[in-house]
Amino acid sequence: MPDPTPDPIPAPAPAAPTRIDPRGPRFGAAVTTVVLLAVLATGSGVLLAAQAAVFAAGAVGGLRFSPYGWVFRHLVRPRLGPPQELEDERPPRFAQAVGLGFAVIGAAGYLSGTGWLGIAASAAALVAAFLNAAFGYCLGCELYLFAVRTARPRAGRP
Amino acid sequence: MSGWTGPAVAALALAAATAFGLLRARRDGRLRGAGRGGALRLTTADLGAALGERATLVQFSTSFCAVCPGTRRLLADVAATAPGVRFVEIDAEDRLDLVRRADVMRTPTVLVLDRTGRLVRRAAGAPTRADVAAALELATAP
Repeated sequence: MPDPTPDPIPAPAPAAPTRIDPRGPRFGAAVTTVVLLAVLATGSGVLLAAQAAVFAAGAVGGLRFSPYGWVFRHLVRPRLGPPQELEDERPPRFAQAVGLGFAVIGAAGYLSGTGWLGIAASAAALVAAFLNAAFGYCLGCELYLFAVRTARPRAGRP
Repeated sequence: MSGWTGPAVAALALAAATAFGLLRARRDGRLRGAGRGGALRLTTADLGAALGERATLVQFSTSFCAVCPGTRRLLADVAATAPGVRFVEIDAEDRLDLVRRADVMRTPTVLVLDRTGRLVRRAAGAPTRADVAAALELATAP
């Protein structure tokens, strides 16, 4: 059912998506959790900006380009053995984009002296990263449909 | 702002996330009654695919859904081995009309329909094979 309204959320990439080891994003989420804890402990906007750059690399270039993904492939995965199955790269990549949004807002908050904004955005990103690392739960992915539902107006309804 | 605000918020965020995660893990994918959409009935025209002779498993998916492929494999396998049961997968983004009618908030959402298309059981999250089998038994009961 084509929707004439412009789509505020980027459409998924066409067929044959990249498939990745699902333990990679999970490892990345664990590292991200530690980094965000350090950000909240120190109030360092520079550290959060660095984390934003990591999110950006994963979201724009794909998880192959995420520094944490590189560490996973070269240092962690060789010790784990092959994965049981591969997963579509798009959900974790979308989650990186959501994380990027929070990290950019938080870094802007800290660096502009708006401490509460930095803390709030870092805490939100921390919740998402921790849920992913500890429970394998992808908050950004879960909220995706909710966002689409909300963003697109109802059609053909009284 | 005192230097303790950040660490305190961090501790609070971790505690809240842990509570949410544990609660979610317990409830995720549990097949439950029809709930608010009690009278929901989907037709072949709604689904864009024929209903099963005895029951139909409907899965709402999106591309940004990490567990959808696993649930798809499970349901397709169950449908292939249970006579008269069909599996229909719906791209939630393409069918926001159905998403709203069926009150789907996240993916995967699984609906178990009886032979007339009436909603019998539903799950938000990935259900287990045993739960799907039990729900099918209910849906196909005479």
